Amino acid sequence: MHLAAYIGRTLIRGVGLLVAVVLVTFVLVQASPIDPMEAYVTAENPVSQEQRDAIAAYWGLNDPPLERLEKWVSALAHGDMGTSMYYRQPVTEVIRVHFMNSLMLMAVAWILSGFFGFVLGVVAAAYQHTRVDKFIKVYCLLIASAPTFWIGLLILMVFAVWLGWFPLALGTPIGKEAAAVTLGDRLYHLVLPALTLSVTGISQIALHTRQKLIDVLNSDYAVFAAARGETKWQIVYHHGLRNILLPAVTLQFGSISELFGGSVLAETVFSYTGLGYVAVVAGTKLDLPLLLGIALCSGFFVFVGNLTANLLYPLIDPQIREGMTHE
Amino acid sequence: MANHDTAPVLDIQNLSVKFRMYDKGLRQSELQVISDINLNIKAGEIVAVAGSSGSGKSLLAHAVLGILPKNAMVSGSMKYCGTELTPAVQADLRGRDIALVPQSVSYLDPLKKVGPQVQGLYGTKEQQSQVFNRFELAEETAEKYPFQLSGGMARRILVSTAVISNAKLIIADEPTPGLNPEIAETTMKIFRDLADEGKAVMLITHDIDLAFLFADRIAVFYAGTTVEIAPVADFIRGGDALRHPYSRALWNALPQNGFKPIAGGQPYAGNLQGGCPYAARCSHCSTECTTAKTIKMQTVRGGEVRCCHAT
Ligand SMILES: Nc1ncnc2c1ncn2[C@@H]1O[C@H](COP(=O)(O)OP(=O)(O)OP(=O)(O)O)[C@@H](O)[C@H]1O
Ligand code: SF4
Ligand SMILES: [Mg+2]
Repeated sequence: MHLAAYIGRTLIRGVGLLVAVVLVTFVLVQASPIDPMEAYVTAENPVSQEQRDAIAAYWGLNDPPLERLEKWVSALAHGDMGTSMYYRQPVTEVIRVHFMNSLMLMAVAWILSGFFGFVLGVVAAAYQHTRVDKFIKVYCLLIASAPTFWIGLLILMVFAVWLGWFPLALGTPIGKEAAAVTLGDRLYHLVLPALTLSVTGISQIALHTRQKLIDVLNSDYAVFAAARGETKWQIVYHHGLRNILLPAVTLQFGSISELFGGSVLAETVFSYTGLGYVAVVAGTKLDLPLLLGIALCSGFFVFVGNLTANLLYPLIDPQIREGMTHE
Repeated sequence: MANHDTAPVLDIQNLSVKFRMYDKGLRQSELQVISDINLNIKAGEIVAVAGSSGSGKSLLAHAVLGILPKNAMVSGSMKYCGTELTPAVQADLRGRDIALVPQSVSYLDPLKKVGPQVQGLYGTKEQQSQVFNRFELAEETAEKYPFQLSGGMARRILVSTAVISNAKLIIADEPTPGLNPEIAETTMKIFRDLADEGKAVMLITHDIDLAFLFADRIAVFYAGTTVEIAPVADFIRGGDALRHPYSRALWNALPQNGFKPIAGGQPYAGNLQGGCPYAARCSHCSTECTTAKTIKMQTVRGGEVRCCHAT
């Protein structure tokens, strides 16, 4: 298969995915029982009927749905995602600010869970049939069956409420000017949600790595390596890592979609003001432009994750690499 | 050639191998796959191990190296140059003093270039080049991955891994299938040379014809045990020169000797009861053959045979 054709086909599939995500979001918003006006107008700031009409006209609530979608798409073609109804700021701006927060959170969680998951998996497999392996397995299965928000609450309770080591909520200190927020502040607020996400992300990659390495250690080539004098750890190092890295990397990039889902929950539990938090706001306020923007961004994000995994294949697997260059 | 003054390089006494099997539920059973093997190989000697598929040849090889699966139980004694092969000794000798030529390419790491794989832990790049030269493998072959090798190339790579080791005992598990006749012969010549240099070679093979040309003795395997071990000359003459009915039947089944097939099949390891494992297919079978608890190897006319009625 040619690399160019492969990338071309993957890109087409990616665009299809994005179109689908936008359509589904749009249909869901149309079907939603929430009235954006009621969500916007609260008891504290009552507005007159004229004002309501003005807002509705401004938002385009009275236009037929297809026309709204059409307008949105043609604006998008010019790089304009519209204006958030709730934040009253350009959607791109809202997403940019919060996406950076999320990205930081997800990147930390992704790297930590990937690294520790892989290490735990390797150790478990190397010590199969011992207590070390049992302990890691039980830990992973427990974590895997516990919901993210529940683990988040647990961590919140222990570290923020009981121990008081970390702030209870929000991505930045309350009452501090945005410009005065330091990187240290941000990291400090990042620790607990990132911990939650990593803890839950570890188990999948660990269990997967464990099984793959056990398969490798039982393979003919591991037996032969032993016959040639290699010890267990030499076999793991010379043959194991090489053979389990590809599936592990693929899995880790593929897990970005779950990470995204998990981050929505973790951000909500910790009131961490990232994209997940904004998505919940946009959903409950039925902020159509913002929702569409978020759907598009997250779809794109997940797509890039999967694409990266697929493009990494040929780098690591000679069988695919040679097949591509030799045709 | 053989040096009778010192202990054989490999001396196997009463070797048995059982597998602990876990049936459905927690019930355990034992599956005896190798029973009571006595076999020695001296320096300078090639002993061919012949027998049909599933007779336990590979398991014997793996037992000597100590690389059987964890659920295998080994009993009896194996000595390397007089030293008992305990697991610790085996771990020490593997790859340096005892080398295995594995049975198929699946024993090569699929994601590693073959050059470094042939070098292994102890070999160098220069040694690898020399060995490749000896096997007429192009230098570029070192850069290939196992899936890019032809059958013949793969076979030579597998043999290279043992030749590079300078081991005193080489156990070759079917090194010739897939090779064209010339290369098969070259390969066998290399084993012959290695033996003549003073190494001991266990040559597991289906190809009795090649064994005729290059081996010193042939051990015939049947259902997990040796039924006859005799000098190669007896196998070349065949007929009455041989001692066991199965060896004779094998001889008669050779293309040049009439191609007569042996009726029936080898019993599965789990179905073996006492008595002679060959009884069901033997025309000389008597009650003694089936009622005897075990039949021991005995020396008859300068060879060893496991048969009540051997003469
Ligand atoms: N791990 C295992 N557990 C249980 N039985 C096994 C195991 N490995 C091999 N056996 C059985 O032991 C017997 C001997 O196997 P072995 O691989 O030694 O045969 P072989 O003589 O090398 O045959 P071939 O010529 O096909 O290579 C076979 O019946 C096989 O099914
Ligand atoms: S012991 Fe009996 S059954 Fe077995 S080979 Fe000899 S004669 Fe045949
Ligand atoms: Mg075999």
